[in-house]
Amino acid sequence: MMDWIWTGLVAASILFGALNGRLAEVSAGALEGAETAVKTCLGLCAGLCLWSGILKLLEAGGASAALGRLLRPLLTRLYPEARMVPEALAALAENMSANLLGLGNAATPAGIRAARALGRGETATDSLCRLVVLNSASIQLIPATVCALRASLGAGSPFDILPAVWLSSLCSAGAGLLAEKLLRRPGR
Amino acid sequence: MTALLLPGILLLAALSVLLRGRPLYGPLTEGFREGLGTLLRIFPPVAVTLTAAAMFRASGGLDALTGLLAPALQALGIPPETAPLMLLRPLSGSGALAVGAEIMEKLGPDSPAGRTAAVMLGSTETTFYTVSVYFAAAGVRRTKHAIPAALAADLVGFLCAGIFVRLFFGS
Repeated sequence: MMDWIWTGLVAASILFGALNGRLAEVSAGALEGAETAVKTCLGLCAGLCLWSGILKLLEAGGASAALGRLLRPLLTRLYPEARMVPEALAALAENMSANLLGLGNAATPAGIRAARALGRGETATDSLCRLVVLNSASIQLIPATVCALRASLGAGSPFDILPAVWLSSLCSAGAGLLAEKLLRRPGR
Repeated sequence: MTALLLPGILLLAALSVLLRGRPLYGPLTEGFREGLGTLLRIFPPVAVTLTAAAMFRASGGLDALTGLLAPALQALGIPPETAPLMLLRPLSGSGALAVGAEIMEKLGPDSPAGRTAAVMLGSTETTFYTVSVYFAAAGVRRTKHAIPAALAADLVGFLCAGIFVRLFFGS
């Protein structure tokens, strides 16, 4: 999919460049783009390293596990089927707390364990759909990469977007859950 | 207020480790090393995306696309400059990060479009990737309504990013 989008972008650039008489700029643009990537990643380096360090500390200090315990009542309401399956519930708690803390490396394996426990057979169960919807709706307390990016580009206060991010995430996750409920059809 | 966030989290995280009697320096340096690894992992796809994205911008094609979508996006209260980010977001995480970084760099991180791009990046995920990973792991082939529901979540996230940035920062 991305292969075709990338090739299409290059083709469209040549087309628009020829139409607008900007082929020289297009040619220079290729290198400029790669340069922007180098600058962006160098700028991100410090923030990303610092944040990964903090996350390791939070993991070692048990913040992730504590958050998981807090989330249990919510999880049994979201996934009623998991109430009878302790290992599914544990994996769900681990997945959600890792997502909240932005521990991508820990969230996916836990989520996969939960997915295996929730969905058997060829067709997705409703619980599995809900798990996927929640995981694709990024509910993060601190979107560290974006904040590091803002800081490296000279934002006045890199974290001032947090309330907007939280509210947008909540609305987006809520909309996903609602859509999951509305689109669900019995017997399919 | 937000100035206290980072130092506060650092202190709390350090205390939580020390009070459990665990070593602090090991995990902390390990985390920095992992950060470097993450960076090395995202750099190649970010560079590849930006090469094509910058060509597209230089050709005037991006302006044409933005102009085409501008009336609809403006009616929804979303800065039209974020159009390429929204189109790429569900498909590629590093691609979306690259395009978002370009928007913030060109228009400024504190501009309405730059802020909206940041909120969009922070409040949505790479939907198609997530869906495929989870369903493949569970051995499920019929995904039922998961993809439309997840895309509905993305759409609402984009819409809310526009709304809340205007609400909190005016424009």
